[in-house]
Amino acid sequence: MADLTFVRHEMVPEQAPPATSVGPRGWLRENLFSSPLNAILTLLSLGLIWWVLSHALPWIVLSSWTASSLGECREQIAAAHGEGTTGACWAVIRERYLQLLFGFYPSDLYWRPLLAFGLALLALAPVLFTALPRRLLWLSAAAPFVVPWLLWGGSVWVPVCVALGFGLGLAALRVVSAAAGGLAGVIAAGVVPVLWWLFLAWVAAGLLQAILPFGITPVESRAFGGFMLSITIGLVAITLSLPIGIVLALGRQSNLLIIKAICVGFIEFIRGVPLITLLFVASLLLNYFMPPGTNFDIILRVIIMVTLFASAYMAEVIRGGLAALPRGQYEAADALGLDYWKAQRLIVMPQALKISIPGIVSTFIGVFKDTTLVSIIGLLDPLGFSNSIRANAEWNGVVWELYGFIAALFFVFCFSMSRYSMYLERKLRTENR
Amino acid sequence: MTTLTDPPKDSFRLGMLIYDTRYRALTIQVVALFAFMLLAAWLINNTVQNLASLGKPIDFGFLSTAAQYDINQTLIAYDNQDSHLRASAVGLLNTLLVAVMGCALATVVGVLVGILRLSRNWLVARIMTVYVELFRNVPVLLWIVFAMAILIESLPAPRDFRGEDAPAAMLFGDSVALTNRGFYVPEPLFARTLGDLPVFGAFDISLDFLAILAVLGAGLFASGLIRTRADRIQNATGIRPTTWYLRLGVVLLPLIALLVALGFHLGYPELRGFNFQGGIHMRNSLIALWLALSFYTAAFIAEAVRGGILAISKGQTEAAAALGLRPGRIMSLVILPQAMRVIIPPLISQYLNLTKNSSLAIAVGYMDITGTLGGITMNQTGRELECVLLLMLIYLVISLLISAVMNWYNTRVKLVER
Repeated sequence: MADLTFVRHEMVPEQAPPATSVGPRGWLRENLFSSPLNAILTLLSLGLIWWVLSHALPWIVLSSWTASSLGECREQIAAAHGEGTTGACWAVIRERYLQLLFGFYPSDLYWRPLLAFGLALLALAPVLFTALPRRLLWLSAAAPFVVPWLLWGGSVWVPVCVALGFGLGLAALRVVSAAAGGLAGVIAAGVVPVLWWLFLAWVAAGLLQAILPFGITPVESRAFGGFMLSITIGLVAITLSLPIGIVLALGRQSNLLIIKAICVGFIEFIRGVPLITLLFVASLLLNYFMPPGTNFDIILRVIIMVTLFASAYMAEVIRGGLAALPRGQYEAADALGLDYWKAQRLIVMPQALKISIPGIVSTFIGVFKDTTLVSIIGLLDPLGFSNSIRANAEWNGVVWELYGFIAALFFVFCFSMSRYSMYLERKLRTENR
Repeated sequence: MTTLTDPPKDSFRLGMLIYDTRYRALTIQVVALFAFMLLAAWLINNTVQNLASLGKPIDFGFLSTAAQYDINQTLIAYDNQDSHLRASAVGLLNTLLVAVMGCALATVVGVLVGILRLSRNWLVARIMTVYVELFRNVPVLLWIVFAMAILIESLPAPRDFRGEDAPAAMLFGDSVALTNRGFYVPEPLFARTLGDLPVFGAFDISLDFLAILAVLGAGLFASGLIRTRADRIQNATGIRPTTWYLRLGVVLLPLIALLVALGFHLGYPELRGFNFQGGIHMRNSLIALWLALSFYTAAFIAEAVRGGILAISKGQTEAAAALGLRPGRIMSLVILPQAMRVIIPPLISQYLNLTKNSSLAIAVGYMDITGTLGGITMNQTGRELECVLLLMLIYLVISLLISAVMNWYNTRVKLVER
């Protein structure tokens, strides 16, 4: 009887996968045509993309860069590409881009805001990217004084004297705590700089300027405008809102009932009203709240209100981070014998801030976008200029080019911020996944 | 041998206020309260002094004087002889109108985009990502004025609808006209109307709409009863009776009967003279604000929805599949109830944001509460302090109400969790 048992003695050679499941074809089947519904969706999407591109690309390319009015622009396009062609009129951007970027800032001084924002970026760099040399942090400390000086100009001694206040505070802390104990030192460190700024700093700055005059052309706030104004307001509000937000969040989590009540009241009030009402306060009411006769700069007032607004949102984001931290971390810090501030600085905050990074950055983005609201109270940010350009007889009727340009400016900034936050999240993700 | 004795009780010394942790908390709080009150007193004192020197003490009497300005889009009757208070009420209703419309559209678009962004279709997911990034990273105010500019510049004027071969045509069988003066849509009319119900003599509510709402509510309630009964039968016997036609009928039939009884028909807009007459006129400002706010907020809602669905671990889907549930049931019975708990809080805070952002209506001239009370009323009467305070108060109340709903929901789903 024949032996019917079949035993394979050699491996069957590995076969290539079917052509429909590898390579471009496989990818297409897998990702675009996996089911009838998906195929329909893909075709619809392709149709949409074609529709958008077929309208947008000719419009962008068949354009005019040289006209001086919308009517002339349309004539040029009709002459060059045939009657009935619609093309973009980039001439409006070419004519007005400096205004949209710098407002009425004197054109020979454009280097100053550019340098200031460059410095601010450079100062942020060591904070943002830990790989950079630590020595750059000195620049970060100097930037808050140098950047406003470059923007507004004036005597160099004003920022120097303001910075001196911090030095005096530090000196007072050292001297007094050595002489009269820690608490007196802390009080002195708080009181001395305030007295200095309120009464002596301006006198000292004036004196120094008289002895050793050195300054750059002052520029009034009225000249600020365009995208530069957005960046100025956004940068200051973002920088200040983080520390204020941290303090408010700690206050809200605190056991001290009155402090907690004050912080909760502040945060909920600010978060409950739209930013535009706070800007109304800045433009109409803030002078009422100050001693009679005070009249300070509208941009400064706006910055104050936007900062308060941003701080309240920041506080809520950081509170989320604090709440997400396991109870054990606080208890461990207590068990180590750390006092409140040391526990916050060494144990709690590093972890809480790490958890809240996405929220912090999206608050930053939100604040930066919200700076456009200043156009409603009459400041000339890019949107404020767009209104005046569209009201202009030459450019009446221009829509896409103008708003497209402004939108692109904001998009570049906000999108890169959100990408940075993703990078940071990845970098700080230390736990195992 | 040692004995434990209580530490000697110190008599209270002043230094203990600072150095003894038992008293330090108290000291800090008293100092903070004192500083806070000092600050508040300083601000109030300044304000009173400033107002006194300007000769306008705080006075809300202006609210009852005639407003003397027109509002082009009103939900309740209003003319320019009505008081500032009524103008503010019209504005508040307009705010609520655009907020409700915006929340509805933003939710629909946002949920759709959020789900499609998770689609396995590569192209669809990419397009949705582009949409979300584009709308999230550009200021909402820009979208609003942009939408307004597009509506004004690119839609046809009413006169373009005239003539035999008119350059523009109405949509949906001559019922909807999109013009650069706004959208004209059919309005519901009742041949045998029940009339209006005056409320406190302040405004009228159409009894027809109240009747429709009542019948709809009763129908939904009855439908709920049928469902409960079906649940009970299923729990007792294991077989669920087919009820969908009953539930549909109990909602729809009385409604249709009522509409027929009231003589319901649509009033279409018609081109008469230089403009459209009849129908409901939605102004450009409302449309632009509505669309821009909705699509902007939808991008954020999409992210919340996506995050919520991703937060449910894949094991849940697999476990449900292992129990033999169909994909639709997996979604409705297992994934969604859990995802909702993650999605709803950010969703509600987006509603809140939308409502607050609706104050940007002032940029396109839509007369919401910011446009009436914080705009024309404030400029006409010169009562900045009172107007801004009232404005803040109103928004604060709206926000707190929405937050209260959110907290209520949070506690409710927490109970379900346990």
